[in-house]
Amino acid sequence: MSVCVRVREEVVKLGLCAAALVSVAVLLVLVGYIFFNGAGAINPAFLLESPYRFEHGGIFPQVVGTFFLVAVCLLFAVPLGLATAIYLAEYAADNLVTRSVRFFVECLAGIPSVVIGLFGLVFLVYFLGFGVSLLSGGLALGFMILPWTVRASEEAIKTVPYSYREASLALGVSKWQTIRGVVLRNAAPGIITGVLLGMGKAVGETAVVLLTAGSGLESFLPRSLSDPVGSLPVYIFMLATQGHTSAASSRAFGASLVLIAMFLLSSLFALLLRNRFVRRKRRKIW
Amino acid sequence: MSKIEVTGLSVFYGRGTVQALKEVSIKIEAKKVTALIGPSGCGKSTFLRSLNRMNDLVGAKTEGEVLVDGEDIYNGGTDVIQLRKRVGMVFQQPNPFPMSIYENVAYGPRVHARGWGNGKLKRRLDRVVEESLRRAALWPEVKDRLGESALKFSGGQQQRLCIARALAVNPEIILFDEPCSALDPVSTARVEELLRELKRDYTIVIVTHNMQQAARVSDFTAFFLLGELIEFGETTRIFEKPSDKRTEEYITGRFG
Repeated sequence: MSVCVRVREEVVKLGLCAAALVSVAVLLVLVGYIFFNGAGAINPAFLLESPYRFEHGGIFPQVVGTFFLVAVCLLFAVPLGLATAIYLAEYAADNLVTRSVRFFVECLAGIPSVVIGLFGLVFLVYFLGFGVSLLSGGLALGFMILPWTVRASEEAIKTVPYSYREASLALGVSKWQTIRGVVLRNAAPGIITGVLLGMGKAVGETAVVLLTAGSGLESFLPRSLSDPVGSLPVYIFMLATQGHTSAASSRAFGASLVLIAMFLLSSLFALLLRNRFVRRKRRKIW
Repeated sequence: MSKIEVTGLSVFYGRGTVQALKEVSIKIEAKKVTALIGPSGCGKSTFLRSLNRMNDLVGAKTEGEVLVDGEDIYNGGTDVIQLRKRVGMVFQQPNPFPMSIYENVAYGPRVHARGWGNGKLKRRLDRVVEESLRRAALWPEVKDRLGESALKFSGGQQQRLCIARALAVNPEIILFDEPCSALDPVSTARVEELLRELKRDYTIVIVTHNMQQAARVSDFTAFFLLGELIEFGETTRIFEKPSDKRTEEYITGRFG
């Protein structure tokens, strides 16, 4: 290797290393900043009380509300998305109609969330009369993650080898039983990953719930699907844009910390669930 | 007595543009081994897969008549599920499910178990699994490892597991699609031995690339070429005095 080439190799390596360090640093500074500013706000009262007079009280209804919203969202989007994926991957003939459906699903994934929120406001809240509520918010979040659920599930289903299906069908097992017994079983890790990604998006989504679910400062827990519901992202948005005291900003950071923790915990849970499937599979592979 | 009677069977692929089989007629004897030989692309696998309608899955179009026990499986509203229970299949590549040995064998019976009492199910499955593994000559090797993944076993063991899995749904006919082409000679010998055992209870049709294998295991041999059945008869006769020149050229290794 000539000197020139060697120098170039070193320069490239150093440059790439520096880029990696900057990426990590950005993440660390961000999380560290939120932690230092938010940690002070976190105490049992903050976690277990309801907010009152704007920047007072705690965020209990917001934490529970976020949880409920994501639950409604997943209850809507996962069964529907999975069923769509099964249809597209296993039943639909490869023709113009199928390709169009797949194309529209892809397009849906590209719609900015505020537009989905607007649609939720006009269609769910006003037209269907669901009002600003848990139901409207959860469904609108469901619209948002539906394409991800469909796409990830379809990809996962398609990676299951054809020979498994063939073996099952040749035993006189019907197509649906084959899908249930062999295909979904082996596609489960991929499907769970897709749901996890969607859930992560839903937990932190602000625009959609701002327009459809509630004002963010609700001091009560929803008692039915038609009650408005507070959520952490909207609470953070309200305090950050309309609070001008240090108490407000500290609470916004505290709520951010809780939101991040919720996201990490749910990701961890989903990851463990997924690894259980993968490990079971890997044990079977070697 | 013939178990399967095929008359004028033609199969087309690719929206009828490619004809893979041309008016094949053949009678397959019950409880015998019938070997299908011929060069690659001669239609022998297509023929095999038309006997349990696996060709349907790739959109093949079929003309002619296939009678299994006198019943036409392509017309007259045959239940494909029931047909495939009666006509089992073992594939070229061992394809066990990524589950335990036990679950692999129990998979078929469990799905078909509707109506078995719930309490009895477990005991009946245990019995079916053991019996199927015994028939596939795999029981001694796996009886203490039923909970282990099927994918941990050797190719030959996996193929015998696939045979056990097929036996577990209690078929009458078993189709083998080049079952030994991915196996080493020792494993191949074990599968061949097994075939000789199985023909006491089952009607067997086997596609093979290996002419010695056809000569060793089969009672009848059918020679296919370019989608046509060239010659069919008792194996000893086909190998000793083939009546068609092309058969002779193929089995003496002049092409293929």
